[in-house]
Amino acid sequence: MIPEIGQFALILALVISLIQGTLPLVGAAKNRTQWIAVARPAARGQFLFVITAFFCLMQAYVTSDFSVANVAHNSHTLKPMLYKVSGVWGNHEGSMVLWVAILAIFGLAVAEFGSALPPSLKARVLAIQGLIGFAFLAFILFTSNPFLRLDPAPLEGNGLNPILQDPGLAFHPPFLYLGYVGFSMAFSFAVAALIEGRVDPAWARWVRPWTLAAWCALTVGIALGSWWAYYELGWGGWWFWDPVENASFIPWLVGTALLHSAIVVEKRDALKSWTVLLAILAFSMSLLGTFLVRSGVLTSVHAFASDPDRGVFILLLLVFVIGGSLTLYAIRAPGLKGGGLFAPISREGALVLNNLLLTTGAAVVLLGTLYPLILDAFGGGKVSVGPPFFNTTFVPLMVPVMLAAVIGAMLSWKRGDIAAVLGRLKIAFIFALIGVGVTSFFAGTLKDVLAAFGIGIAAWLIAGSAVEIAERIALFKGPVANSMRRAAGLPRSAWGMAIAHGALGIMVAGITASSAWRVEKIQLMQPGDVVEISGYSLIFEGAKKINGPNYHGDRGIFTVTKDGRTIAALTPEKRDYPAERSQTTEAGILTMVSGDLYAVLGDKNQSNAAWTTRIYFNPLVAWIWVGAILMAGGGVVSLTDRRLRVGAPKTARQKTRPQPNPVGA
Amino acid sequence: MTAKFSLGYFLPAILTIVLAWVFWSYLGEIKDGKSIQDLPSALIDKPAPTFKLPGISAGDKGFDSADLKGRVALVNVWASWCPPCRVEHPLLMQMAREGIPIFGINYKDKPDAAMRFLTELGNPYQAIGADRSGRVAIDWGVYGYPETYVIDAKGHIRYRHVGPIMPHDLAEKIRPLIKALGK
Amino acid sequence: MKRLVLLGFVIAAVIAASPVKAVEPNEILEDPKLEQRARALSKDLRCVVCQNQSIDDSNASLARDLRVVVRERLQAGDTDKQIIDFVVARYGEFVLLNPRVNARTYLLWGGPALVLIFGILGLVFWFRRRGKIANDGLSPEEEKRLAELLGQTGTEGSDK
Repeated sequence: MIPEIGQFALILALVISLIQGTLPLVGAAKNRTQWIAVARPAARGQFLFVITAFFCLMQAYVTSDFSVANVAHNSHTLKPMLYKVSGVWGNHEGSMVLWVAILAIFGLAVAEFGSALPPSLKARVLAIQGLIGFAFLAFILFTSNPFLRLDPAPLEGNGLNPILQDPGLAFHPPFLYLGYVGFSMAFSFAVAALIEGRVDPAWARWVRPWTLAAWCALTVGIALGSWWAYYELGWGGWWFWDPVENASFIPWLVGTALLHSAIVVEKRDALKSWTVLLAILAFSMSLLGTFLVRSGVLTSVHAFASDPDRGVFILLLLVFVIGGSLTLYAIRAPGLKGGGLFAPISREGALVLNNLLLTTGAAVVLLGTLYPLILDAFGGGKVSVGPPFFNTTFVPLMVPVMLAAVIGAMLSWKRGDIAAVLGRLKIAFIFALIGVGVTSFFAGTLKDVLAAFGIGIAAWLIAGSAVEIAERIALFKGPVANSMRRAAGLPRSAWGMAIAHGALGIMVAGITASSAWRVEKIQLMQPGDVVEISGYSLIFEGAKKINGPNYHGDRGIFTVTKDGRTIAALTPEKRDYPAERSQTTEAGILTMVSGDLYAVLGDKNQSNAAWTTRIYFNPLVAWIWVGAILMAGGGVVSLTDRRLRVGAPKTARQKTRPQPNPVGA
Repeated sequence: MTAKFSLGYFLPAILTIVLAWVFWSYLGEIKDGKSIQDLPSALIDKPAPTFKLPGISAGDKGFDSADLKGRVALVNVWASWCPPCRVEHPLLMQMAREGIPIFGINYKDKPDAAMRFLTELGNPYQAIGADRSGRVAIDWGVYGYPETYVIDAKGHIRYRHVGPIMPHDLAEKIRPLIKALGK
Repeated sequence: MKRLVLLGFVIAAVIAASPVKAVEPNEILEDPKLEQRARALSKDLRCVVCQNQSIDDSNASLARDLRVVVRERLQAGDTDKQIIDFVVARYGEFVLLNPRVNARTYLLWGGPALVLIFGILGLVFWFRRRGKIANDGLSPEEEKRLAELLGQTGTEGSDK
């Protein structure tokens, strides 16, 4: 019964989304207030029904209702409750329901909190959201219905791939979708603005918080995915330039560019058509990712079970959404006239450079991801594009971005004095030099020298962001109380930026150190054997059999000592999941500021009772995720800025033609 | 000032359409049965590798590259532990009955398991080489099991099929090729 | 369709048997220099039965065999290039995670530079045109004053 309610709710949501996607649009064009007024109740209705469907599906998972095909294929009674719940979105159909549920939540948020928006803009935004919802609901109902029944119902389900049964991965998709779908807000605002033919600072102020929120969620989502890969896949890698990873990284790069260019629109009324284009592209890239992962056009460790018929549907959807919006852009964008002039050396100039490099970076990742597919489609044969390509093309593009991030943040608007800024950044420069100097002192190879520069850039970002804040609160230039008062008065967005840029530095340090100076020891160990690694001694105490709720396996025990003192025990596991007929490795990890000790238990050697063990020391590796989370945290701090509240602040309420507020220095 | 037309602004839309068209044709190929995991052999139209393999049991006649000279033949890489090998086996038997020479490379198998497989399902092979280490398979560029190669009279590899041979593969690809090469 | 399913099964069967474990202790060469070269080489060789993994990261049996082949050839004194050529001759250029520059990959390797140059040219063009429009309208001083008067909102007056 409940699955049928869910299915019916999806159908109702489909009908409502069609109404939401059409009436307000026509109403706004013909100035019919009643039609415009449909948008809000429609958004509420869509939310209500989609959420109902979502919880109906979850109910089927929680109660292990195997008469529902989707549950039977992806769940199992012995699975822990957390994974029964996360199993809802651990498969194609369920994840699409989560997708539209998040879309409906965003739609509701605009409907409820967007009272400050001009009614016609709000109606159009909600209508575009409605159309996107319609397309995806139709996709679910026609190609990927999660509520299909099985008759007779099997007694037991197939289970969820055990490597996906993990707390980090349980929350990875919701964050990712919050990001992808969050970009639909920027998209809807962009399309609505193109229909209205007007983009102004007020528009940017409305778009920016949504983009920022989506960006934060996507940052967290990607970080969770990479962290999961690090501890679950069992060899300490955390980024593989796999197509599916790239599919989430490209929207992130475009979204980051959008975040920065929207500042220019807001403060300087310039770069309008470019920003609108980025808003369209950020969401388009999210959709493209959805297509790549689900259509079966590429192979990846993470791809969903794919079906070309679905691929055709998503492709049509892509052409409709991306092609349609970009055509509208092509017609309307030339009419958007940019205002504020600025010299190349200025805050705006730095943001333009950031945009140039980030979008080029996104294009490079896109090229590398799609190249094998395109070549194959043209009969050019098979080619692989792996990490070496991205490391040689993408990474160099990001170096100037990071150098400019610190300088740009201190340049003044319109025309900046780069010499003066560099002078003020002396301290950061010294820190960067120390970073390069100290690390290259220990360098033995070219790789080490490159890594030294990575550390230098990290120091530059961290110290530069600190200098920026110190300057703004006049630290060391007067009484501490004065600085404290200034710090409290500093806009949250300024704090947010400094935190995010500094966090990027932390991340760069982690990436550099863990890639360049990782230590690996692979050997056979018998109980009592000791491995020395990076100043730590790991004593292998042996392995014992373990039994989990839905798995059994072996657990190795390592005692970690440093300078004769025992500091921790590592317990890597090798698990066998009989229901899913597969094995996983659970690394034993000791996370420290200086780096992670990472132990993996391999196979037992039958002849002499020795175990294959892999021990790694991954220097500073945790900094990558701490940096990523801090970066998202910087975004959240920015979001709490009064001027950037989601749903448009009261001060920005203007009926017809909002005038930009004068922007103080 | 208002409605201006500028071609440059159409660039993103045009790129999107081009890309969509590429995806469209690629999806079409996949729907028509192309597998994106299929890897073309690097050895097509090149001489088959030189090798010499012993038979499965001691004393059996083995299989070496010299056996492939002078006529069109199939080389089939199989193992008793490979379920799809069982799937295609009846077709191999059928071809053998029709007189098409088939040679086997028994990949990383236990001799008794391999022999049981053949007693149970029949032996379509004129000669079998046991590749216990899998090295000869690497020389052939084998990556999936089973794999079947069509060798022409000059001993050149003309076609590779990865995965079990299904009746339509036989009808549409392998038979026509053998026929064409036989002329 | 049936064929696809079956083929999927073949490949799945190969992959499923390989939780990632990679290099085994008995494969490691005595000579650390050679071993280091072996690791570097195997990091750039794709495991053909896996999905986007190098043979260094994979425990598929074929990946393992190839790792051993790489090491044997290193011990036999082959250069890195000879070893790469050896594998490419058997499995094609698909195995190279670092694709070779040739007619098939010009666009791949040239693409990033092309996009960047295109972007820079676009920017230069844009800046120049903007500067020109502004200068046609007002002198720099006037322009500056106007901007100040407008509270930095823009220069609609200069846009002709």
